Amino acid sequence: MSISTDTEKTPAYPDYAQPLWRRVLLTREGAIIALLVAVILWAIYFVAYFGSQLTMTFLLLDIAPILLIALPMTLVIVSGEIDLSVASIVGLSSVLVGVLVDHGASVPVAAVVALVAGLACGALNGFLIAYVGLPSLAVTIGTLALFRGIAVGVLGTKAITSFPARWSKLAKDEIGSTGVPVVMIAFVVLAVGFTLLLHFSTFGRGVYDIGLNTEAAEFTGVPVRRTKFMLFLLSGVVSAFAGIYFTLRFTSSRGDNATGLELQVIAAVLLGGVSIFGGRGRLHGVIAGVLLIGVISSALRLQGVTINVVNIIIGLLLVASVMSTSVLAWVSDAAARRHNRSDRRSELAPPGVGNQER
Amino acid sequence: MTAADGSAPALELRDVAKSFGAVRALSAGSLRVRHGSIHALVGENGAGKSTLVKVVAGVHRRESGDLLLDGESVDFTSTAESKAAGVAVIYQEPTLFPDLSVTENIFMGRQLLGAGRRIDRAAMYAEAERLFTGLGVTIDPRRPALGLSIADQQIIEIAKAISLEARVLIMDEPTAALSGVEVERLFTVARRLRDEGRALVFISHRFDEVFALCDEVTVMRDGAYVDTLPVAETDVDQIVALMVGREVGDLFPKTPAEVGAPVLEVTGLTSAGVFHDVSFQVRAGEIVGLAGLVGAGRSEIARAVFGVDGYQTGEVTLNGTAIPKRNPRAAIRAGMAFIPEDRRRQGLVIDASVSRNVAGVIRSRLARAGLLTQHAENHASGPWAGRLSVKTNALDANAATMSGGNQQKVVIAKWLATEPKLLIIDEPTRGIDVGTKAEVHRLLSELAGQGMAIMMISSELPEVLGMADRVLVVREGNLTADITRADATPENVMLAATRGREVSA
Repeated sequence: MSISTDTEKTPAYPDYAQPLWRRVLLTREGAIIALLVAVILWAIYFVAYFGSQLTMTFLLLDIAPILLIALPMTLVIVSGEIDLSVASIVGLSSVLVGVLVDHGASVPVAAVVALVAGLACGALNGFLIAYVGLPSLAVTIGTLALFRGIAVGVLGTKAITSFPARWSKLAKDEIGSTGVPVVMIAFVVLAVGFTLLLHFSTFGRGVYDIGLNTEAAEFTGVPVRRTKFMLFLLSGVVSAFAGIYFTLRFTSSRGDNATGLELQVIAAVLLGGVSIFGGRGRLHGVIAGVLLIGVISSALRLQGVTINVVNIIIGLLLVASVMSTSVLAWVSDAAARRHNRSDRRSELAPPGVGNQER
Repeated sequence: MTAADGSAPALELRDVAKSFGAVRALSAGSLRVRHGSIHALVGENGAGKSTLVKVVAGVHRRESGDLLLDGESVDFTSTAESKAAGVAVIYQEPTLFPDLSVTENIFMGRQLLGAGRRIDRAAMYAEAERLFTGLGVTIDPRRPALGLSIADQQIIEIAKAISLEARVLIMDEPTAALSGVEVERLFTVARRLRDEGRALVFISHRFDEVFALCDEVTVMRDGAYVDTLPVAETDVDQIVALMVGREVGDLFPKTPAEVGAPVLEVTGLTSAGVFHDVSFQVRAGEIVGLAGLVGAGRSEIARAVFGVDGYQTGEVTLNGTAIPKRNPRAAIRAGMAFIPEDRRRQGLVIDASVSRNVAGVIRSRLARAGLLTQHAENHASGPWAGRLSVKTNALDANAATMSGGNQQKVVIAKWLATEPKLLIIDEPTRGIDVGTKAEVHRLLSELAGQGMAIMMISSELPEVLGMADRVLVVREGNLTADITRADATPENVMLAATRGREVSA
């Protein structure tokens, strides 16, 4: 019991209480990935044309904006905040690209301006939330209207539909003849970056700490305000990038582009196992969640199911997945209990209960 | 109130058992509480006191054993049933509806009705007044519960229990958050209830209170009954020995340490309305105890020094370098560590794992080329958890599942891992059991011996007197005394803490 530097007496701990398979499989992320694989297999065998390369190309082209924005959105939600203004930033970015190209700017110049505008939007959100201390829900409902208002105000009800063919083709192009759209390169790069940021950096640990307990994070020396500010910057700039892609892919710059996209993104993030209360969730689950929604709607549409029915199914899936957290906890608990009863009962009892003498 | 049956005890438990999964929280809990007596229930954290109380309260169902009220076997499946049978539990932090009035809280869910089933406020106010008069306290029954002190909230819970005709009142660590005067008032109320013939069970970690208030004491250890003794025929040493099942040795193992150069220097620190012109030093190898009444501003001074709170004027330096205000990161970089008072909300990220918590402050140092892996965190946190004998089955165990003493060890491990020059520790042993208490004290003494400067805030006078080389007393935001270890007595510390203050109820 003594606190000493005597290494013989200090206990050593296993790193994990559960075996690897249970930590990997009995999680929300594991369940979503399993479901995704099952749905893909079902669709390949039972849905006509689903297995074709063209279907996959269009599926990925369609969900690319959601995939992209889901990355920063995951971090924002893990930190216990939310960003509802992302779709409006997509719209604003789209309008800026359109107007600038229309006035003779080259696409790269317009894109840079749009990205800077996205950063500025994120900075406004981040400043109000992190430094002024306003609730993100209220702030981003406000900026959702604000950014959308600016976007529609700049372009009115017009649409700009002529873009240099080189760029609009690039947005729809595939890598070689693999059927994988070029935009997926950008996504993979960003996904790797965000994974390193969230799961393999001190910044990411800070994001989890803030989401679980902001006060304790502050006492531990996590730069709470700076971290939150950074998250909204990331959200703004990635949304602007998605806006550029959106514009070129549909060769259409309109003020109302991507209206309502924020809810699709948030739904996918929650489906992927991120807790709306913050502190929980992992990026691979979120990516699987976005893909799952994309695969289900694509497969059902191929089967001639109307979009309303698709929405109903996705809605039910989301509710079921939120419920599954408690169901999984129960299953895992029951499994652990059965496991304990058969053997090493005393070793697994939490310390302080019945084994003080140890 | 029915006349007390002389033979049957008001509450009796015989060999009650309750398990949670593999964990046997209670293996053989026994308790016999007579009418018209106050019965202390003591034991280390994790000894099963709370589980036993929850079985009586109907929160948990026992798996075996007997539970008798007035000699009759009962079996509660809900808290409503136990309340109806006359059992009331007063928790450490009462849960009142803050926006409702005191009276509405007392009669929650069973409002007195007048003509036409309308709520009869006048009758409720009158009844509340009557209850408070009976308890000998003055609380306005019309005021909202919001803003009441914890002590007053407990009184309201007690009033509620009495209006429910409770015959058995269980108080689970009611004094943990109370000041001296408030504790006295609670005791007066408790004695009054005892004299009315009710049975009271009092759970506390503070032995002076047990001896001041109770008639009998039951000791529990490791989920089982150990012994019941009349308070008049026992002493602290015997109870402690029964609780831990071994000799604890000295609870305050302070060894003299070489006192070196000043590490922390605070000059003229002022924060309007909180503390005023506070100046002091903490030297290497020295433990400075900050004593004073709850709310005197001790924790606020510590928070300002660490930079969690701001201040208007004054300066903080650590080893001669000025520490910027309101910047905990700079303070940590300079070598400060701060173990806050509220473990669950400030000390730990309670829902994170042991290893994430222990590596929480040092993780930027663990990153290689900006990349931080769980492996590196486990590797760094394991030895620190081991050095403090944290009891856990794995490093990924959630800190929320641990006992208070173990959580405190995790917080200490997390800060020692930063190898600080100054350790500020606020209420180092609040809510942790005797065995761990002695361990924490031994550790503090050992750290001072290694040359660390330690600033310790404590509301437990024996702890301050037992551990500190120097005692600073704070009263109403001012430093009123600086007493060396040799000169410090309970009397002169208390005097400095209260001087010039009306000591009244």
